[in-house]
Amino acid sequence: MTQLNLNKAPVLHIEHLSKSFDNLTVLKDISLDVHQGEVVSIIGPSGSGKSTLLRCCTLLETMTSGMLAFGDTIVCQSAARDTKQYASPETLRLVRQKFGLVFQNFNLFPHWSVMKNIIDAPISVQKRDKNEVIHDAELLLQKMGLADRGDYYPFQLSGGQQQRVSIARALINNPEILFFDEPTSALDPELTGEILKVIRDLAAEHMTMVIVTHEIEFARNVSDRVIFMAEGVIVEQGPANDVILHPTQERTRTFLANMRNK
Amino acid sequence: MNYGRMLLQLLEGLSYSISIFCWTLFFSLPLGLLVALCRMSKFTVLKQLARFCISVLRGTPLMLQLFLVFYGPYYIFKMPLTDTYRFLAVIIGFSVNYAAYFAEIYRAGIEAIPLGQYEAAQVLGYSRTQTFFKIIVPQVVKRILPPVTNEVITLVKDTSLAFTLTIPEMFSVARQWSSARTTMIPLIAAGVFYYVFNFLVAMLMERFEKYLNYYR
Ligand SMILES: Nc1ncnc2c1ncn2[C@@H]1O[C@H](COP(=O)(O)OP(=O)(O)OP(=O)(O)O)[C@@H](O)[C@H]1O
Ligand SMILES: [Mg+2]
Repeated sequence: MTQLNLNKAPVLHIEHLSKSFDNLTVLKDISLDVHQGEVVSIIGPSGSGKSTLLRCCTLLETMTSGMLAFGDTIVCQSAARDTKQYASPETLRLVRQKFGLVFQNFNLFPHWSVMKNIIDAPISVQKRDKNEVIHDAELLLQKMGLADRGDYYPFQLSGGQQQRVSIARALINNPEILFFDEPTSALDPELTGEILKVIRDLAAEHMTMVIVTHEIEFARNVSDRVIFMAEGVIVEQGPANDVILHPTQERTRTFLANMRNK
Repeated sequence: MNYGRMLLQLLEGLSYSISIFCWTLFFSLPLGLLVALCRMSKFTVLKQLARFCISVLRGTPLMLQLFLVFYGPYYIFKMPLTDTYRFLAVIIGFSVNYAAYFAEIYRAGIEAIPLGQYEAAQVLGYSRTQTFFKIIVPQVVKRILPPVTNEVITLVKDTSLAFTLTIPEMFSVARQWSSARTTMIPLIAAGVFYYVFNFLVAMLMERFEKYLNYYR
Protein backbone atom coordinates (compact mmCIF):
# COMPACT_ATOMS: atom_id res chain seq x y z
CA MET A 1 0.00 0.00 0.00
CA THR A 2 1.13 3.49 -0.77
CA GLN A 3 2.42 5.89 1.84
CA LEU A 4 0.32 8.99 1.32
CA ASN A 5 2.03 12.32 1.41
CA LEU A 6 -0.73 14.38 2.91
CA ASN A 7 1.29 17.58 3.06
CA LYS A 8 1.39 17.84 -0.70
CA ALA A 9 -1.68 19.00 -2.59
CA PRO A 10 -3.64 15.97 -3.79
CA VAL A 11 -3.15 15.11 -7.46
CA LEU A 12 -6.91 15.33 -7.87
CA HIS A 13 -9.15 17.37 -5.65
CA ILE A 14 -12.93 17.35 -6.01
CA GLU A 15 -15.18 19.25 -3.68
CA HIS A 16 -18.99 19.39 -3.67
CA LEU A 17 -19.16 18.51 -7.33
CA SER A 18 -22.66 18.37 -8.78
CA LYS A 19 -23.73 17.68 -12.30
CA SER A 20 -27.16 17.88 -13.90
CA PHE A 21 -28.36 17.21 -17.40
CA ASP A 22 -31.36 19.49 -17.90
CA ASN A 23 -33.47 18.50 -14.91
CA LEU A 24 -31.76 15.21 -14.16
CA THR A 25 -29.22 15.44 -11.37
CA VAL A 26 -26.60 12.78 -12.04
CA LEU A 27 -23.91 13.68 -9.49
CA LYS A 28 -24.77 15.10 -6.09
CA ASP A 29 -22.21 16.81 -3.92
CA ILE A 30 -19.26 14.53 -4.65
CA SER A 31 -16.06 15.23 -2.70
CA LEU A 32 -12.94 13.21 -3.31
CA ASP A 33 -9.17 13.57 -3.04
CA VAL A 34 -6.73 11.32 -4.83
CA HIS A 35 -3.13 11.49 -3.66
CA GLN A 36 0.15 10.85 -5.40
CA GLY A 37 0.58 7.11 -6.06
CA GLU A 38 -2.90 6.17 -4.95
CA VAL A 39 -5.05 3.72 -6.89
CA VAL A 40 -8.75 4.36 -6.46
CA SER A 41 -11.45 2.15 -7.93
CA ILE A 42 -15.00 3.29 -8.42
CA ILE A 43 -17.70 0.64 -8.49
CA GLY A 44 -21.44 0.93 -8.59
CA PRO A 45 -24.55 -0.01 -10.54
CA SER A 46 -25.22 1.11 -14.07
CA GLY A 47 -26.39 4.72 -14.31
CA SER A 48 -24.93 5.68 -10.94
CA GLY A 49 -22.81 8.42 -12.53
CA LYS A 50 -19.35 6.81 -12.58
CA SER A 51 -18.63 7.73 -16.19
CA THR A 52 -20.06 11.19 -15.72
CA LEU A 53 -17.69 11.74 -12.80
CA LEU A 54 -14.69 10.73 -14.92
CA ARG A 55 -15.94 12.88 -17.77
CA CYS A 56 -16.18 15.90 -15.46
CA CYS A 57 -12.63 15.24 -14.26
CA THR A 58 -11.30 14.95 -17.81
CA LEU A 59 -13.15 18.07 -18.99
CA LEU A 60 -15.34 16.17 -21.42
CA GLU A 61 -18.33 17.35 -19.43
CA THR A 62 -18.77 20.66 -17.63
CA MET A 63 -19.89 20.33 -14.05
CA THR A 64 -22.87 22.28 -12.76
CA SER A 65 -21.19 23.39 -9.56
CA GLY A 66 -18.33 22.52 -7.27
CA MET A 67 -14.56 22.60 -7.29
CA LEU A 68 -12.05 20.64 -9.32
CA ALA A 69 -8.27 20.95 -9.07
CA PHE A 70 -5.25 19.04 -10.31
CA GLY A 71 -2.38 19.65 -7.87
CA ASP A 72 -2.09 23.39 -7.49
CA THR A 73 -4.06 24.12 -10.62
CA ILE A 74 -7.66 25.05 -10.02
CA VAL A 75 -9.78 23.99 -12.98
CA CYS A 76 -13.17 25.04 -11.70
CA GLN A 77 -14.61 26.53 -8.56
CA SER A 78 -17.93 27.69 -7.17
CA ALA A 79 -18.43 30.95 -5.37
CA ALA A 80 -22.05 30.21 -4.57
CA ARG A 81 -24.51 27.38 -4.87
CA ASP A 82 -25.28 26.26 -8.44
CA THR A 83 -22.61 28.46 -9.97
CA LYS A 84 -19.22 27.63 -11.33
CA GLN A 85 -16.24 29.38 -12.81
CA TYR A 86 -13.89 27.46 -15.08
CA ALA A 87 -10.26 28.52 -15.50
CA SER A 88 -9.05 30.20 -18.70
CA PRO A 89 -8.81 28.13 -21.89
CA GLU A 90 -5.03 28.44 -21.60
CA THR A 91 -5.07 26.88 -18.12
CA LEU A 92 -7.42 24.14 -19.30
CA ARG A 93 -5.08 23.44 -22.19
CA LEU A 94 -2.15 23.03 -19.81
CA VAL A 95 -4.10 20.98 -17.30
CA ARG A 96 -4.98 18.42 -19.98
CA GLN A 97 -1.32 17.36 -19.94
CA LYS A 98 -1.65 16.41 -16.30
CA PHE A 99 -4.09 13.57 -16.91
CA GLY A 100 -4.73 10.75 -19.32
CA LEU A 101 -7.97 8.92 -20.04
CA VAL A 102 -8.42 5.36 -21.23
CA PHE A 103 -11.81 4.74 -22.81
CA GLN A 104 -13.93 1.64 -22.74
CA ASN A 105 -13.79 1.29 -26.52
CA PHE A 106 -10.22 2.55 -27.01
CA ASN A 107 -11.05 5.38 -29.44
CA LEU A 108 -7.79 4.98 -31.32
CA PHE A 109 -7.56 6.95 -34.56
CA PRO A 110 -8.09 4.27 -37.21
CA HIS A 111 -6.28 6.12 -40.02
CA TRP A 112 -3.02 6.33 -38.07
CA SER A 113 -0.49 3.63 -37.31
CA VAL A 114 0.02 2.55 -33.72
CA MET A 115 3.16 4.69 -33.53
CA LYS A 116 1.45 7.78 -34.95
CA ASN A 117 -1.48 7.32 -32.58
CA ILE A 118 0.94 7.58 -29.68
CA ILE A 119 3.35 10.26 -30.89
CA ASP A 120 1.18 12.70 -32.78
CA ALA A 121 -0.32 14.60 -29.85
CA PRO A 122 3.00 15.14 -28.02
CA ILE A 123 4.58 16.37 -31.25
CA SER A 124 1.80 18.50 -32.70
CA VAL A 125 0.05 19.62 -29.50
CA GLN A 126 2.70 19.72 -26.80
CA LYS A 127 5.43 20.51 -29.36
CA ARG A 128 7.86 18.05 -27.83
CA ASP A 129 10.99 16.99 -29.64
CA LYS A 130 10.10 14.35 -32.22
CA ASN A 131 13.05 12.02 -31.64
CA GLU A 132 12.58 12.09 -27.92
CA VAL A 133 8.87 11.29 -28.28
CA ILE A 134 9.58 8.39 -30.64
CA HIS A 135 12.13 7.05 -28.19
CA ASP A 136 9.61 7.26 -25.32
CA ALA A 137 6.92 5.65 -27.46
CA GLU A 138 9.20 2.73 -28.31
CA LEU A 139 9.87 2.15 -24.61
CA LEU A 140 6.15 2.30 -23.87
CA LEU A 141 5.31 -0.12 -26.67
CA GLN A 142 7.93 -2.48 -25.33
CA LYS A 143 6.42 -2.22 -21.88
CA MET A 144 3.00 -2.98 -23.34
CA GLY A 145 4.39 -6.02 -25.14
CA LEU A 146 3.83 -4.40 -28.53
CA ALA A 147 7.40 -3.57 -29.52
CA ASP A 148 6.93 -5.00 -33.03
CA ARG A 149 3.51 -3.45 -33.63
CA GLY A 150 4.42 0.21 -34.19
CA ASP A 151 3.67 0.11 -37.91
CA TYR A 152 0.38 -1.73 -37.57
CA TYR A 153 -2.99 -0.06 -37.94
CA PRO A 154 -5.53 -0.39 -35.14
CA PHE A 155 -7.79 -2.69 -37.19
CA GLN A 156 -4.93 -5.19 -37.42
CA LEU A 157 -4.77 -5.60 -33.64
CA SER A 158 -6.89 -7.54 -31.15
CA GLY A 159 -9.08 -5.60 -28.74
CA GLY A 160 -6.61 -6.19 -25.93
CA GLN A 161 -3.73 -4.93 -28.06
CA GLN A 162 -5.72 -1.87 -29.09
CA GLN A 163 -6.47 -1.11 -25.46
CA ARG A 164 -2.77 -1.41 -24.62
CA VAL A 165 -1.97 1.06 -27.41
CA SER A 166 -4.52 3.45 -25.98
CA ILE A 167 -2.90 3.10 -22.56
CA ALA A 168 0.47 3.89 -24.13
CA ARG A 169 -1.12 6.90 -25.82
CA ALA A 170 -2.44 8.09 -22.47
CA LEU A 171 0.97 7.63 -20.84
CA ILE A 172 3.20 9.29 -23.42
CA ASN A 173 3.09 12.74 -21.79
CA ASN A 174 3.87 11.36 -18.33
CA PRO A 175 0.52 12.32 -16.83
CA GLU A 176 0.23 12.75 -13.09
CA ILE A 177 -2.97 10.77 -13.01
CA LEU A 178 -4.61 8.24 -15.28
CA PHE A 179 -8.37 7.68 -15.52
CA PHE A 180 -9.86 4.42 -16.79
CA ASP A 181 -13.52 4.04 -17.70
CA GLU A 182 -14.29 0.32 -17.75
CA PRO A 183 -11.11 -0.51 -19.66
CA THR A 184 -12.02 -4.18 -20.06
CA SER A 185 -15.76 -4.00 -20.70
CA ALA A 186 -15.46 -4.00 -24.48
CA LEU A 187 -13.09 -6.97 -24.47
CA ASP A 188 -13.68 -10.70 -24.79
CA PRO A 189 -13.33 -12.30 -21.35
CA GLU A 190 -10.07 -14.01 -22.29
CA LEU A 191 -8.52 -10.65 -23.16
CA THR A 192 -9.38 -8.78 -19.97
CA GLY A 193 -6.48 -10.40 -18.11
CA GLU A 194 -3.81 -8.74 -20.23
CA ILE A 195 -5.24 -5.29 -19.56
CA LEU A 196 -5.64 -5.92 -15.85
CA LYS A 197 -2.00 -7.01 -15.77
CA VAL A 198 -0.88 -3.76 -17.41
CA ILE A 199 -2.85 -1.78 -14.83
CA ARG A 200 -1.35 -3.87 -12.02
CA ASP A 201 2.14 -3.17 -13.34
CA LEU A 202 1.35 0.55 -13.43
CA ALA A 203 0.09 0.35 -9.85
CA ALA A 204 3.34 -1.32 -8.83
CA GLU A 205 5.16 1.68 -10.31
CA HIS A 206 2.99 3.97 -8.14
CA MET A 207 1.09 5.48 -11.03
CA THR A 208 -1.82 7.49 -9.65
CA MET A 209 -4.99 6.01 -11.08
CA VAL A 210 -8.76 6.26 -10.87
CA ILE A 211 -10.43 3.18 -12.31
CA VAL A 212 -14.11 2.69 -12.99
CA THR A 213 -14.65 -1.04 -13.23
CA HIS A 214 -17.08 -3.90 -12.86
CA GLU A 215 -14.23 -6.32 -12.04
CA ILE A 216 -14.77 -6.45 -8.30
CA GLU A 217 -11.99 -8.92 -7.54
CA PHE A 218 -9.56 -6.88 -9.59
CA ALA A 219 -10.63 -3.69 -7.81
CA ARG A 220 -10.00 -5.38 -4.46
CA ASN A 221 -6.54 -6.57 -5.51
CA VAL A 222 -5.21 -3.50 -7.22
CA SER A 223 -6.71 -0.56 -5.36
CA ASP A 224 -5.72 1.26 -2.22
CA ARG A 225 -9.23 2.59 -1.92
CA VAL A 226 -12.60 1.57 -3.30
CA ILE A 227 -15.50 3.94 -3.76
CA PHE A 228 -19.02 2.65 -4.09
CA MET A 229 -21.36 5.01 -5.90
CA ALA A 230 -25.10 4.80 -6.34
CA GLU A 231 -27.56 7.31 -7.74
CA GLY A 232 -24.98 10.05 -8.00
CA VAL A 233 -23.59 9.94 -4.49
CA ILE A 234 -20.64 8.23 -2.82
CA VAL A 235 -22.39 5.70 -0.60
CA GLU A 236 -19.31 4.18 0.93
CA GLN A 237 -15.56 4.34 0.57
CA GLY A 238 -12.50 2.97 2.30
CA PRO A 239 -9.64 0.50 1.99
CA ALA A 240 -10.38 -2.02 -0.77
CA ASN A 241 -10.73 -5.03 1.51
CA ASP A 242 -13.03 -3.24 3.91
CA VAL A 243 -15.47 -2.02 1.30
CA ILE A 244 -15.57 -5.21 -0.70
CA LEU A 245 -15.34 -7.81 2.03
CA HIS A 246 -17.03 -5.98 4.89
CA PRO A 247 -19.31 -3.29 3.49
CA THR A 248 -21.14 -1.29 6.10
CA GLN A 249 -23.95 -0.01 3.91
CA GLU A 250 -26.94 -2.11 2.90
CA ARG A 251 -26.83 -0.63 -0.63
CA THR A 252 -23.23 -1.79 -1.07
CA ARG A 253 -24.01 -5.27 0.17
CA THR A 254 -26.90 -5.68 -2.27
CA PHE A 255 -24.75 -4.50 -5.14
CA LEU A 256 -21.86 -6.81 -4.31
CA ALA A 257 -24.21 -9.76 -3.85
CA ASN A 258 -25.72 -9.08 -7.27
CA MET A 259 -22.28 -8.90 -8.84
CA ARG A 260 -21.25 -12.23 -7.34
CA ASN A 261 -24.36 -13.94 -8.66
CA LYS A 262 -23.61 -12.89 -12.24
CA MET B 1 -20.01 13.25 -94.41
CA ASN B 2 -16.65 14.54 -93.27
CA TYR B 3 -15.85 12.30 -90.32
CA GLY B 4 -12.57 14.03 -89.62
CA ARG B 5 -14.27 17.38 -89.19
CA MET B 6 -17.03 15.84 -87.15
CA LEU B 7 -14.56 14.21 -84.77
CA LEU B 8 -12.61 17.42 -84.50
CA GLN B 9 -15.73 19.38 -83.58
CA LEU B 10 -16.87 16.71 -81.15
CA LEU B 11 -13.48 16.91 -79.46
CA GLU B 12 -13.83 20.68 -79.31
CA GLY B 13 -17.23 20.13 -77.70
CA LEU B 14 -15.63 17.63 -75.35
CA SER B 15 -13.16 20.27 -74.24
CA TYR B 16 -16.13 22.41 -73.15
CA SER B 17 -17.62 19.43 -71.33
CA ILE B 18 -14.33 18.76 -69.56
CA SER B 19 -13.99 22.39 -68.66
CA ILE B 20 -17.52 22.49 -67.18
CA PHE B 21 -16.72 19.27 -65.32
CA CYS B 22 -13.46 20.54 -63.84
CA TRP B 23 -14.69 24.00 -62.86
CA THR B 24 -17.81 22.54 -61.29
CA LEU B 25 -15.79 20.17 -59.12
CA PHE B 26 -13.30 22.91 -58.32
CA PHE B 27 -16.05 25.12 -56.89
CA SER B 28 -18.65 22.66 -55.65
CA LEU B 29 -16.42 20.35 -53.62
CA PRO B 30 -15.27 23.10 -51.20
CA LEU B 31 -18.58 25.00 -51.40
CA GLY B 32 -20.35 21.80 -50.38
CA LEU B 33 -18.23 21.64 -47.24
CA LEU B 34 -19.17 25.19 -46.36
CA VAL B 35 -22.86 24.41 -46.89
CA ALA B 36 -22.54 21.21 -44.86
CA LEU B 37 -20.95 23.12 -41.98
CA CYS B 38 -23.80 25.67 -42.13
CA ARG B 39 -26.29 22.83 -42.22
CA MET B 40 -24.74 21.40 -39.02
CA SER B 41 -24.31 24.80 -37.36
CA LYS B 42 -25.62 25.58 -33.89
CA PHE B 43 -27.22 28.76 -35.22
CA THR B 44 -30.78 27.88 -36.07
CA VAL B 45 -31.15 30.56 -38.74
CA LEU B 46 -28.04 29.47 -40.62
CA LYS B 47 -28.96 25.83 -40.25
CA GLN B 48 -32.52 26.27 -41.52
CA LEU B 49 -31.36 28.50 -44.38
CA ALA B 50 -28.83 25.88 -45.51
CA ARG B 51 -31.44 23.18 -45.16
CA PHE B 52 -33.92 25.16 -47.25
CA CYS B 53 -31.37 25.91 -49.99
CA ILE B 54 -30.29 22.28 -50.18
CA SER B 55 -33.86 21.10 -50.43
CA VAL B 56 -34.71 23.57 -53.21
CA LEU B 57 -31.54 22.84 -55.15
CA ARG B 58 -32.10 19.10 -54.97
CA GLY B 59 -35.84 19.38 -55.48
CA THR B 60 -35.89 21.35 -58.75
CA PRO B 61 -34.42 20.48 -62.14
CA LEU B 62 -30.85 21.56 -62.79
CA MET B 63 -31.97 22.74 -66.22
CA LEU B 64 -34.43 25.15 -64.64
CA GLN B 65 -31.74 26.40 -62.27
CA LEU B 66 -29.41 27.04 -65.23
CA PHE B 67 -32.11 29.13 -66.92
CA LEU B 68 -32.70 31.12 -63.75
CA VAL B 69 -29.00 31.83 -63.26
CA PHE B 70 -28.60 32.91 -66.87
CA TYR B 71 -31.79 34.88 -67.49
CA GLY B 72 -32.39 36.07 -63.93
CA PRO B 73 -29.93 38.98 -64.01
CA TYR B 74 -31.35 40.04 -67.37
CA TYR B 75 -34.94 40.17 -66.15
CA ILE B 76 -34.13 41.65 -62.76
CA PHE B 77 -31.26 44.05 -63.50
CA LYS B 78 -31.54 44.32 -67.28
CA MET B 79 -27.97 42.95 -67.43
CA PRO B 80 -27.00 42.30 -71.06
CA LEU B 81 -26.70 38.62 -72.02
CA THR B 82 -23.09 38.07 -73.07
CA ASP B 83 -21.38 34.85 -74.13
CA THR B 84 -18.89 35.19 -71.27
CA TYR B 85 -21.76 35.28 -68.82
CA ARG B 86 -23.38 32.37 -70.63
CA PHE B 87 -20.46 30.12 -69.71
CA LEU B 88 -20.15 31.66 -66.26
CA ALA B 89 -23.86 31.02 -65.64
CA VAL B 90 -23.34 27.35 -66.47
CA ILE B 91 -20.44 27.08 -64.01
CA ILE B 92 -22.40 28.93 -61.30
CA GLY B 93 -25.52 26.84 -61.85
CA PHE B 94 -23.66 23.54 -61.85
CA SER B 95 -21.41 24.44 -58.90
CA VAL B 96 -24.26 25.56 -56.67
CA ASN B 97 -26.40 22.57 -57.58
CA TYR B 98 -23.64 20.03 -57.01
CA ALA B 99 -22.57 21.77 -53.81
CA ALA B 100 -26.02 20.95 -52.43
CA TYR B 101 -25.56 17.26 -53.21
CA PHE B 102 -22.00 17.19 -51.87
CA ALA B 103 -23.13 19.02 -48.72
CA GLU B 104 -25.54 16.23 -47.86
CA ILE B 105 -22.89 13.60 -48.56
CA TYR B 106 -20.36 15.42 -46.37
CA ARG B 107 -22.89 15.85 -43.60
CA ALA B 108 -23.74 12.17 -43.55
CA GLY B 109 -20.01 11.37 -43.56
CA ILE B 110 -19.18 13.76 -40.73
CA GLU B 111 -22.11 12.61 -38.62
CA ALA B 112 -21.04 8.99 -39.04
CA ILE B 113 -17.75 9.58 -37.21
CA PRO B 114 -18.14 8.24 -33.67
CA LEU B 115 -18.26 10.82 -30.88
CA GLY B 116 -15.40 8.95 -29.20
CA GLN B 117 -12.99 10.24 -31.86
CA TYR B 118 -13.75 13.84 -30.87
CA GLU B 119 -13.51 12.98 -27.19
CA ALA B 120 -10.17 11.19 -27.54
CA ALA B 121 -8.84 14.17 -29.49
CA GLN B 122 -10.10 16.61 -26.89
CA VAL B 123 -8.51 14.72 -24.00
CA LEU B 124 -5.21 14.61 -25.90
CA GLY B 125 -5.34 18.37 -26.23
CA TYR B 126 -5.98 18.81 -29.96
CA SER B 127 -7.65 22.10 -30.84
CA ARG B 128 -10.97 21.98 -32.65
CA THR B 129 -9.34 22.90 -35.94
CA GLN B 130 -6.64 20.24 -35.52
CA THR B 131 -9.27 17.68 -34.61
CA PHE B 132 -11.33 18.49 -37.68
CA PHE B 133 -8.53 18.50 -40.22
CA LYS B 134 -6.20 15.83 -38.80
CA ILE B 135 -8.65 13.35 -37.37
CA ILE B 136 -12.15 13.86 -38.74
CA VAL B 137 -11.61 14.89 -42.37
CA PRO B 138 -9.35 11.96 -43.37
CA GLN B 139 -11.88 9.49 -42.02
CA VAL B 140 -14.76 11.34 -43.66
CA VAL B 141 -12.97 11.29 -47.02
CA LYS B 142 -12.76 7.53 -46.90
CA ARG B 143 -16.42 7.13 -45.98
CA ILE B 144 -17.79 9.52 -48.59
CA LEU B 145 -15.69 8.40 -51.52
CA PRO B 146 -18.28 5.94 -52.94
CA PRO B 147 -21.22 8.42 -52.92
CA VAL B 148 -18.96 11.21 -54.21
CA THR B 149 -17.87 8.95 -57.06
CA ASN B 150 -21.53 8.48 -57.96
CA GLU B 151 -22.08 12.22 -58.12
CA VAL B 152 -18.94 12.80 -60.14
CA ILE B 153 -20.02 10.23 -62.71
CA THR B 154 -23.46 11.84 -62.88
CA LEU B 155 -21.74 15.17 -63.40
CA VAL B 156 -19.90 13.89 -66.48
CA LYS B 157 -23.25 13.09 -68.04
CA ASP B 158 -24.96 16.22 -66.69
CA THR B 159 -22.49 18.50 -68.49
CA SER B 160 -24.66 17.85 -71.56
CA LEU B 161 -27.37 19.97 -69.88
CA ALA B 162 -25.26 23.02 -70.73
CA PHE B 163 -26.75 22.71 -74.23
CA THR B 164 -29.87 24.43 -72.86
CA LEU B 165 -27.84 27.63 -72.62
CA THR B 166 -26.43 26.91 -76.09
CA ILE B 167 -22.92 26.20 -74.88
CA PRO B 168 -21.19 24.30 -77.69
CA GLU B 169 -20.36 21.31 -75.51
CA MET B 170 -20.13 17.83 -76.96
CA PHE B 171 -23.80 16.92 -76.86
CA SER B 172 -24.88 20.14 -78.66
CA VAL B 173 -22.29 19.51 -81.37
CA ALA B 174 -23.41 15.92 -81.81
CA ARG B 175 -27.06 16.95 -82.01
CA GLN B 176 -26.35 19.58 -84.67
CA TRP B 177 -24.35 17.18 -86.81
CA SER B 178 -26.96 14.52 -86.38
CA SER B 179 -29.99 16.63 -87.32
CA ALA B 180 -28.21 18.38 -90.17
CA ARG B 181 -27.30 15.08 -91.83
CA THR B 182 -30.02 12.81 -90.44
CA THR B 183 -27.58 10.27 -89.05
CA MET B 184 -27.05 8.68 -85.66
CA ILE B 185 -23.29 8.39 -86.01
CA PRO B 186 -22.37 11.71 -84.29
CA LEU B 187 -24.59 10.83 -81.34
CA ILE B 188 -23.03 7.39 -81.05
CA ALA B 189 -19.55 8.88 -81.28
CA ALA B 190 -20.43 11.36 -78.52
CA GLY B 191 -21.77 8.48 -76.46
CA VAL B 192 -18.47 6.67 -76.81
CA PHE B 193 -16.59 9.79 -75.70
CA TYR B 194 -18.82 10.22 -72.63
CA TYR B 195 -18.30 6.58 -71.80
CA VAL B 196 -14.51 6.80 -72.07
CA PHE B 197 -14.51 10.00 -70.04
CA ASN B 198 -16.51 8.30 -67.31
CA PHE B 199 -14.45 5.16 -67.49
CA LEU B 200 -11.31 7.19 -66.78
CA VAL B 201 -13.00 9.11 -63.97
CA ALA B 202 -14.26 5.90 -62.37
CA MET B 203 -10.82 4.34 -62.65
CA LEU B 204 -9.19 7.31 -60.97
CA MET B 205 -11.71 7.26 -58.12
CA GLU B 206 -11.25 3.53 -57.70
CA ARG B 207 -7.49 4.00 -57.41
CA PHE B 208 -8.07 6.57 -54.71
CA GLU B 209 -10.46 4.26 -52.89
CA LYS B 210 -7.92 1.44 -53.07
CA TYR B 211 -5.23 3.70 -51.72
CA LEU B 212 -7.42 4.51 -48.71
CA ASN B 213 -7.94 0.81 -48.02
CA TYR B 214 -4.81 0.75 -45.90
CA TYR B 215 -7.04 1.14 -42.86
CA ARG B 216 -10.55 0.29 -41.81
N1 LIG C 1 -25.20 13.45 -22.11
C1 LIG C 1 -26.16 13.06 -21.25
N2 LIG C 1 -27.38 13.64 -21.31
C2 LIG C 1 -28.35 13.27 -20.45
N3 LIG C 1 -28.21 12.32 -19.52
C3 LIG C 1 -27.03 11.71 -19.41
C4 LIG C 1 -25.94 12.04 -20.29
N4 LIG C 1 -24.88 11.27 -19.95
C5 LIG C 1 -25.28 10.49 -18.93
N5 LIG C 1 -26.57 10.75 -18.60
C6 LIG C 1 -27.35 10.10 -17.52
O1 LIG C 1 -26.58 10.18 -16.35
C7 LIG C 1 -26.75 9.03 -15.56
C8 LIG C 1 -25.38 8.49 -15.19
O2 LIG C 1 -24.75 8.01 -16.34
P1 LIG C 1 -23.27 7.42 -16.33
O3 LIG C 1 -22.94 7.08 -17.76
O4 LIG C 1 -22.37 8.35 -15.65
O5 LIG C 1 -23.46 6.10 -15.50
P2 LIG C 1 -22.41 4.95 -15.21
O6 LIG C 1 -22.34 4.83 -13.73
O7 LIG C 1 -21.16 5.20 -15.93
O8 LIG C 1 -23.15 3.67 -15.78
P3 LIG C 1 -22.54 2.40 -16.53
O9 LIG C 1 -22.04 1.48 -15.46
O10 LIG C 1 -23.71 1.82 -17.26
O11 LIG C 1 -21.46 2.87 -17.44
C9 LIG C 1 -27.59 8.08 -16.36
O12 LIG C 1 -28.92 8.15 -15.86
C10 LIG C 1 -27.53 8.62 -17.75
O13 LIG C 1 -28.71 8.36 -18.45
MG1 LIG D 1 -20.13 4.24 -17.56
